[in-house]
Amino acid sequence: MADAANQIPDRIPINLVVNGVRRTLDLVPWTTLLDALRDHLALTGSKKGCDHGQCGACTVLVDGRRVNSCLTLAVMKDGAEITTVEGLARDGALHPLQQAFIDHDAFQCGYCTPGQICSAVGLLAEGRARDTDEIRELMSGNLCRCGAYPNIVAAIRQAMGEP
Amino acid sequence: MINFQYSRATDVADAILLLAAHPGAKLIAGGTNLIDLMKENVEEPSRLIDISRLPLRKVEETADGGVRIGALVPNSDLAYHPLIEQRYPLLASAILAGASAQLRNMASVGGNLMQRTRCAYFYDTATPCNKRTPGSGCSAIDGVNRNHAVLGTSASCIATNPSDMSVALAALEALVLIAGASGERTMALTDFHRLPGDTPHIDTNLGAAEIITAIELPPRGFARNYSYLKIRDRLSYAFALVSVAAALELDGNAISQARVALGGVAHKPWRSLEAEKALHGQNATVDHFSRAADLLLQGARAYAHNGFKVELARRAIVRTLMQAANATPQSQAHKKIV
Repeated sequence: MADAANQIPDRIPINLVVNGVRRTLDLVPWTTLLDALRDHLALTGSKKGCDHGQCGACTVLVDGRRVNSCLTLAVMKDGAEITTVEGLARDGALHPLQQAFIDHDAFQCGYCTPGQICSAVGLLAEGRARDTDEIRELMSGNLCRCGAYPNIVAAIRQAMGEP
Repeated sequence: MINFQYSRATDVADAILLLAAHPGAKLIAGGTNLIDLMKENVEEPSRLIDISRLPLRKVEETADGGVRIGALVPNSDLAYHPLIEQRYPLLASAILAGASAQLRNMASVGGNLMQRTRCAYFYDTATPCNKRTPGSGCSAIDGVNRNHAVLGTSASCIATNPSDMSVALAALEALVLIAGASGERTMALTDFHRLPGDTPHIDTNLGAAEIITAIELPPRGFARNYSYLKIRDRLSYAFALVSVAAALELDGNAISQARVALGGVAHKPWRSLEAEKALHGQNATVDHFSRAADLLLQGARAYAHNGFKVELARRAIVRTLMQAANATPQSQAHKKIV
């Protein structure tokens, strides 16, 4: 049977573990993970920059892997564990990458920073970046219009334990 | 984005049944291209059939010594898989030349084959586009066509295929495994994508209710003499103006096997069997590589803004073949072109 045009589908129940907390949502299927986080869970750390996967400001970790949450449907991630920038600190102590971004002044306006930091957490977990060129290449999905790139790379090198 | 219905396929047969039952439906796996196109109202499926949980995530050796790659293997997992890194480094390199780490983590191998052109007019619903709205005309032919094709174009469409992975797969003579209501079939990767002709809205030869289940690589991996060189407007995270996948087998300095595929210049990965044949038995020299480049680019037709691509491709072909011959493949992280 053909799908009726413009028929509003039922909301779909979705379970997510967001920053360690189990959350249940009823969402229409076109809700992106980014909109679910920002509009339904009030976690506005993840930013909507371009909304097309070109800027990386929406980067979050899904089951430990960095992804663009603007190009992910929340309903497709039912059951997943999501980590946003709000979930990186532990017991009041900043994540080493958050601290490194402060130490190296790795931002100016700060809009891209949550995505940069989540992306860098994914980068370190992947373990594929061994030098500055590789950090730059593997962070190329995160744009910084202020141009803080040298300091972002320095912050990531610090978190990697490199001088 | 328009409203749509959502189904989760329970297995491959279920996905095929759902596709057949809902003519306006589309499969979704990684979603990196489809959701973007839906936000632009370029794609308006009535239903998304979620195949992301189907068990098509294995990379395994085949009986004949090749490798079978499940259609849902994420691009990043494939690029870093030991079998691919060691035996098909051309494929690993091409994948890592494309998109960003986040997108590669999401995008599936099957979805990469299905991604659509990044022609700006295809994306802009305010302009005519035969690929988006058949019969409406092509805005690129007399428009801004710097990024467009120079080979295999038609009066209907001069769009390019944006995939890097497919260029390497074409050179490696990969096969696409396809399942449909009447069973399974296999298609050469080079037959999978189509030239635009007068039906540019049909990108591939995949049937309406068919699904890609895997890609198969033949045993010959060209693990020693290969290179993937991608030329683009910025050093990373940009689509190719021209890309070249080159793979050689050498007997001393004589070429016993040669494969060259081009990206960024046509509606599909571009190969010329004539060019490859001309290299067989020849020494790996600039002169012979230049001759192969001429043959590959035979019939190239430039439009108002993309004439540079023909000479750029010619030089990139020679350079990439030299990189392959010298076993100094292009690094995708250290950008200097040796």
